[in-house]
Amino acid sequence: MIMVYKKRIDGRKFDETRKIEAKVGVIKNADGSALFKIGKTTAYAAVYGPKDLYPRFMQNPEKGLLRCNYNMLPFSGSGDRVRPGPSRRSKEISYVTENALLPVVNLDNFPNAVVDVFIELPQTDAGSRCAGICAASMALADAGIVMKDLVGAVAVGIVDGQVVVDLNYDEESYDKGDVADIPVAIIPSTGEFTLLQMDGRIKKKDFLKALDAAKKIVPKIIEVQRKALKNKFEVKNDK
Amino acid sequence: MTNKTRIHLINYLNKDIRYDGRKKDQYREISVETDVSKSAEGSARVKIGDTEVMAGVKFEVGQPYPDIPEEGTMMVNAELIPLSNPEFEPGPPSIQAIELARVVDRGIRESKAIDTKKLCIKKGELVWTVIIDLIPINDAGNLFDAFALAAMLAIKQARFPKLNGDKIDYKTLTNKKLPLTAEPVSVTVLKIGEHFIVDPITEEEKVMDARLTVALLKDNTLCAIQKGGSMPLSKEDIEKMIDIATEKAKELRKYLK
Amino acid sequence: MTNELKVKDKSVVVPGEVIAEGMNYLPGPGMYRKGNEIISSQLGLIKIEGKVIKIIPLSGKYLPKRGDVIIGRVRDVNFSGWSIETNSAYGAMLSMKDGSNDYIRRGADLTKYFNIGDYIVTKIYNVTSQNLIDLTMKGPGLKKLVGGRIIKVSPSKVPRIIGKQGSMVSMIKRATNCNIIVGQNGIVWIKGVNPEDEIITVKTIKKIEKESHVSGLTERIRTFLSKKGRKVAGE
Repeated sequence: MIMVYKKRIDGRKFDETRKIEAKVGVIKNADGSALFKIGKTTAYAAVYGPKDLYPRFMQNPEKGLLRCNYNMLPFSGSGDRVRPGPSRRSKEISYVTENALLPVVNLDNFPNAVVDVFIELPQTDAGSRCAGICAASMALADAGIVMKDLVGAVAVGIVDGQVVVDLNYDEESYDKGDVADIPVAIIPSTGEFTLLQMDGRIKKKDFLKALDAAKKIVPKIIEVQRKALKNKFEVKNDK
Repeated sequence: MTNKTRIHLINYLNKDIRYDGRKKDQYREISVETDVSKSAEGSARVKIGDTEVMAGVKFEVGQPYPDIPEEGTMMVNAELIPLSNPEFEPGPPSIQAIELARVVDRGIRESKAIDTKKLCIKKGELVWTVIIDLIPINDAGNLFDAFALAAMLAIKQARFPKLNGDKIDYKTLTNKKLPLTAEPVSVTVLKIGEHFIVDPITEEEKVMDARLTVALLKDNTLCAIQKGGSMPLSKEDIEKMIDIATEKAKELRKYLK
Repeated sequence: MTNELKVKDKSVVVPGEVIAEGMNYLPGPGMYRKGNEIISSQLGLIKIEGKVIKIIPLSGKYLPKRGDVIIGRVRDVNFSGWSIETNSAYGAMLSMKDGSNDYIRRGADLTKYFNIGDYIVTKIYNVTSQNLIDLTMKGPGLKKLVGGRIIKVSPSKVPRIIGKQGSMVSMIKRATNCNIIVGQNGIVWIKGVNPEDEIITVKTIKKIEKESHVSGLTERIRTFLSKKGRKVAGE
């Protein structure tokens, strides 16, 4: 196949993410919180818990429950206003986000309790569920939750035969060739995937190439998360 | 339940000091920023102490109301997201969210801040709708004033998107701003015992007797008032609270520049 | 195979970070061994004591422990005792028989002892496998709190606020002339003669909470109190 997508719409290298900013402890009321920004996509995450879980029938006597809630703010969509309230899309993203974080989280010490994670996006430009997972990963660590590792998430894909990392909205909606959008989340210490979805048309060998690209870029995203967590504890000199 | 806290706080107020060391008529530190969400046509972030909120403006087009065929419409919505406060639960807007939105709405609507007559595209057929969404990021008290300030800042910064016939091209923003005729500022005053305080923190809100939120114009015209809380206010109380609000509005107005 | 520490003593580590390699070191709580590596499983401060590595968590909810003295709030009163809020994920019961050093008769009006909204200094004498807490008021220093104000701090900062053998909290008490009780669960009670004293105490404790992990804390707090015009003993 002739690769037509030779230069990215915004000029980035194929294996380059957009600019990433991360900050921890941004919501005082929460037990843990973080902000994760990649390009224009911005996600807040707040963790409340472990705390009492109602309704009682949901309680697990063996360990605590992790509950994720993903939501786009009304003014965050790329075009029309997003009607407030859960949609099928946001419910699905909440669900896969939970499954992306569960494998690293250890809630054995908190039977019958729940840890609530709220993810809200004030601004999006593709890659929102991945930004949400990154924010949630930092917020959980900030809340003192026992985790065997952080989780790094990013959307990789193929645009017209070319493997790219961190698709923006223009690439996702590229109409001059086949596009595959592949949001993933990876546990850095094991290289295992905890989130994997694919949208588009792609051959298996290209799909695997895209997964390799993800594995290569996630450590950089983890480094940003680690720095943000440690930066919270830098003490500025007070007068 | 919070009776003992109330008594203890009143002891403080008797000595003219509050739990966080402020005076009764003192606001916490305020900082504002506009154009904080590039997905919105207008947006703002307001911090009052630890309270942080965002407001976003989105434009839509649609049919006007039949009785006012040349006027555009405006709507204010508040989402009290659980992210900002452990006491907020997921779900449809609570009465607290509804009251907040409607009070901010009235301040803007009754002051005629947005000249809705200038939102007409085609009389009787197509008009602009301006939707303002208010979101707390961290609720540490006084959402009324933070939301009102953020809403006005977002409205002032907002620009019309390009219109192709009857379809909006959100990707292209024009340089045209909303037609504004007034800039209301909102001040909330609480009554606790015999004391009046402004800019309450959460602890103070929980033990208040009553509150008065007052929206004012630059020439001190009152354009919206809301009493909240379960205890009554005398006429003297109300007059005093309006005076306090009028005085503090001058300070808050500086942040609208 | 190397045998070495990958992080410095008193540095901040995050989940997934490699703390040490080799079999020389013993992993404590908050970390796990994976093959040749010891890896952190919590956000915390590293403390190295010989061959033992410890992580002092920098955040996290209170985990109830037998023997802890905490400050709880009466949530409900029923015929056999009181249900107490403990600032943790779990509920606590103070039963009638443990409510006082005096004998409480069956059928007595329990609200006369503690009523809804009261704060009490109480001791955990049992934690079940499901983390439910049993409390007692029998013991020295356990009592209902009257007056004063309550603030919440992160339970992981409590040891720093109390200080070695109570040295930090004693310094603050002397400097501000306030009565201070720090619950292991992060609830702190402050009672001073006047509001200014209480406010300075609150600000001092919040400062310790924010800077607990930085060395030289005691000195900085001493300076902070002096700057606020409070005499600090031992200067």
